[in-house]
Amino acid sequence: MSIQTRTHVKAAEATNPQAAAAPAAKMVARDVKVFYGAKQALKGINIDILENKVLALIGPSGCGKSTFLRCLNRMNDTIDNCRVEGLISLDGEDVYGRRIDAVQLRARVGMVFQKPNPFPKSIYDNIVYGPRIHGLASHRDEMDEIVETSLKRAGLWNEVKDRLREPGTGLSGGQQQRLCIARAIAVSPEVILMDEPCSALDPIATAHIEELIDELRENYTIVIVTHNMQQAARVSQKTAFFHLGDMVECDDTEEIFTNPRDERTQGYITGRYG
Amino acid sequence: MAIARPGSYYLSEGYAARLRARYAAEQRFKAYGIAAVAAAAVMLVVLLGTIVGQGYTAFWQTQIRLEIHFDPAEIDPQGTRDRSVLATANTMKLVRDSLAAQFPDITERAERRALYDIMSSGAPFQLTRMLLDDPSLIGTTRSVWLTASDDVDQFIKGYISRDVPESARRVSDLQIRAVDALASRNAVEKQFNTVLFTGGDSREPELAGIGGAIVGSFLTLLVTLALSVPIGVAAAIYLEEFAPKNRWTDLIEVNINNLAAVPSIVFGLLGLAVFLSVFGMPRSAPVVGGLVLALMTLPTIIIASRAALKAVPPSIREAALGVGASRLQAVLHHVLPLAMPGILTGTIIGMAQALGETAPLLMIGMVAFIVDIPGGFTDSATVLPVQIFMWADSPERAFLERTSAAIMILLGFLIAMNAVAVLLRKKFERRW
Repeated sequence: MSIQTRTHVKAAEATNPQAAAAPAAKMVARDVKVFYGAKQALKGINIDILENKVLALIGPSGCGKSTFLRCLNRMNDTIDNCRVEGLISLDGEDVYGRRIDAVQLRARVGMVFQKPNPFPKSIYDNIVYGPRIHGLASHRDEMDEIVETSLKRAGLWNEVKDRLREPGTGLSGGQQQRLCIARAIAVSPEVILMDEPCSALDPIATAHIEELIDELRENYTIVIVTHNMQQAARVSQKTAFFHLGDMVECDDTEEIFTNPRDERTQGYITGRYG
Repeated sequence: MAIARPGSYYLSEGYAARLRARYAAEQRFKAYGIAAVAAAAVMLVVLLGTIVGQGYTAFWQTQIRLEIHFDPAEIDPQGTRDRSVLATANTMKLVRDSLAAQFPDITERAERRALYDIMSSGAPFQLTRMLLDDPSLIGTTRSVWLTASDDVDQFIKGYISRDVPESARRVSDLQIRAVDALASRNAVEKQFNTVLFTGGDSREPELAGIGGAIVGSFLTLLVTLALSVPIGVAAAIYLEEFAPKNRWTDLIEVNINNLAAVPSIVFGLLGLAVFLSVFGMPRSAPVVGGLVLALMTLPTIIIASRAALKAVPPSIREAALGVGASRLQAVLHHVLPLAMPGILTGTIIGMAQALGETAPLLMIGMVAFIVDIPGGFTDSATVLPVQIFMWADSPERAFLERTSAAIMILLGFLIAMNAVAVLLRKKFERRW
């Protein structure tokens, strides 16, 4: 990222009346461009992610929602030819800047993936892995406590409290996904990113996760990518519609679904394309 | 052609013929497959059958019981019982005296010598060892089982026929008469051939064993294992998990794949040129053999380890990174444990390959005739396959069966190693 783009971004922020009027933004994205080699995947995204709100990212496949999500906790760093330009900040601090380390950032901005991916270890070990490597807990009882509170928050405690030593991979799909959410919560993140967390789950497990997202909103800021329009309408307060690497529209969820300003948004949510 | 009424086409005779042809093709393909498998199985059975058929007799060795009088005047005339005196005692005379006493009718010098030749040249050493273990034997008369010569052994096992004219036979009529006489007194017996497993190499087949070669192979493989596994796994982890994908890493990858296909003797030449000539390391030593085999095994281990690492689903890496693990932590805590069964399998297969390797070791002098069992990494040694190669080169009939026996033992080790690889894979394989 060049100095030039940065000053340009600062200026844009100052003149943006929406940013000043909105409630506290946990994360801010300004003019975010992502390239995979020569191919541009995101063409300048500006979004404010508000604290203790759920932001849903919707849009047709390949529009860059997941790419944007992965920029927020720098998961794109692991992709060799991926290049990110623009500014993304967490509490006013540039996440690609020198003062934030990717490892530290990922502890503060947790992630839940599309396919439930528990470690092939016990349920207990799945939860304590993060706290252990970050030094959040060293004693047995501290860890026990983290396991219990994380599983309770993820709504899984009652189902697994008697078999914490059994492998996490032995749970059902929905339980595995909640285990992954518990694992993300265990390191006490401020933001949780969810990349189509329900796409591999049945409707009942999905309903479970959706309820959970609503509860988690009290303590965490959540960004969720979803292909399911009803889900976006149900769980989110803000919705952003992506199309071909552009963010077409970002507004209150109700507004987007009842009164979209852009034609493309309307077309997509009514199922005419995408 | 217009597509008209497809329904009737699928019911037509023409279509039925097509179907029949398709099924016939499938049947033919199956038959080819079965034939190929059967041919392979037959070859394997023939190969193993030949080796076992030729080699199983080597696990027994003919022994002859002699009444040995431990004559004090011959062994220790001064009565000092000093170990150096006992060690140099003329025990050969004790054996000869015992034989002469059993066949008093054989008096002529040349005939006497032929009679003495039914015993192994190692038999007197057996007596010396007994004396050193227990000096109180001096003055007593014991009946002792002593090793027969290889020709008598082959005769007893039926490999030398009586019907062949004496001039074309390794065993003379006189020797056959003597052995028959001893056999009639129950003094000839085939006993389990422990020397084959514990002994070092020897010019005399009845005294030769693969003990030295097994120890040599073990020491060599230890060096190979200690070098190739850490280097190979580390290289695989770096290339698979950390290295950027660019022209240089592509070049390295191509080279590793090519190295795996380089004829092994080239590694031997490299060892000769570098380890022996430049670094002046000892000839015929397990340490050099191990170095050379480590170079040869490295590509196998790197390729197997990379495949094992690649097989770990990326979701596991993402999960670890997602909770804030560093890349090294993600690899060491999650990816490597999951890849371990594959890495172990690759390692064991690489080791099995190294165990069976002959050519590179010829280049660095491990083909030497070494009687002593090696005691360390820098002692002269040989290894199992080289020992087999040397025995196969020997003219004596008895070495033929010993060659096959050594092959059986080598195959036994290889099968055991591969079985361990399969078991490890089964035991640690995890599903996700």
